[in-house]
Amino acid sequence: MLEIIVVAFLAVGIFFMFVGAVGLLRFPDFYTRLHATGKCDTLGEALIIAGLLIYHLFHYPQTPLVCVKLLFLIIFIFITNPTATYALMRSAYKTGVKPWKLGDERQ
Amino acid sequence: MKGKSFGILVTFCMMFLFWLLLSGIFDVLHLTAGLICSAIIALISHDMIIKGDEEKILSKSFKLAIYIPWELWQIVLANLDVAYRVLHPKMPIDPLIIEFDTTLQSDLALVTLANSITLTPGTITIGITNGRFCVHAIAKEPADALTVDKTMQQKVADVYMEW
Repeated sequence: MLEIIVVAFLAVGIFFMFVGAVGLLRFPDFYTRLHATGKCDTLGEALIIAGLLIYHLFHYPQTPLVCVKLLFLIIFIFITNPTATYALMRSAYKTGVKPWKLGDERQ
Repeated sequence: MKGKSFGILVTFCMMFLFWLLLSGIFDVLHLTAGLICSAIIALISHDMIIKGDEEKILSKSFKLAIYIPWELWQIVLANLDVAYRVLHPKMPIDPLIIEFDTTLQSDLALVTLANSITLTPGTITIGITNGRFCVHAIAKEPADALTVDKTMQQKVADVYMEW
């Protein structure tokens, strides 16, 4: 039962990471690519770490502090990932990268 | 002065708890080092983390605790939205850049709104200048959700009590 839950977390996490990678390849310009990576990586990484957290909690209960550290990782990813996406967006916008419009060529 | 000492105390407790959880070694030497470090950090940087009087901070933290689950749900929706747009054969995207004003004042509220916009369906913050947000939206509907409905702005304003 535990294994099923852990595998489900890892599988959904990997699915979102995969979607992020496909989006990086398919989307037409810098800004839309950041839509794919900025969002999917956040949830994908969080779900994978959550799966590891549950696995560790039940298989190695003698070291619960590892779970706390993994939880901190999730929290910091949720804070830093949108901030980094924002920094990339802003620097691209300031240096004049043209946003893609419907009907334009791929960049 | 009352608000200041409260801020120092809360920062100190947070830092020391963080130290305990990360180190995991509970002998005298490590605990003393942790106490000293937390005290120095609390004295220097308490006003970066906690500002204002205690009642306001407590109700803010309480409202933030209600806001975070809603935000998590929005993140799941955002990912499903991106997954749909990525995997759809025709790729239904129509990017546009929108600008709108907010009434939010404090840095923390602006950062919360900016990060929330980035994590919710179809929108990413590009920049904030004097309370004016510049947002890249992947299609028309997510942009409308931000400028017409203003659900998220109201929720963030509610958390930080800035109307």
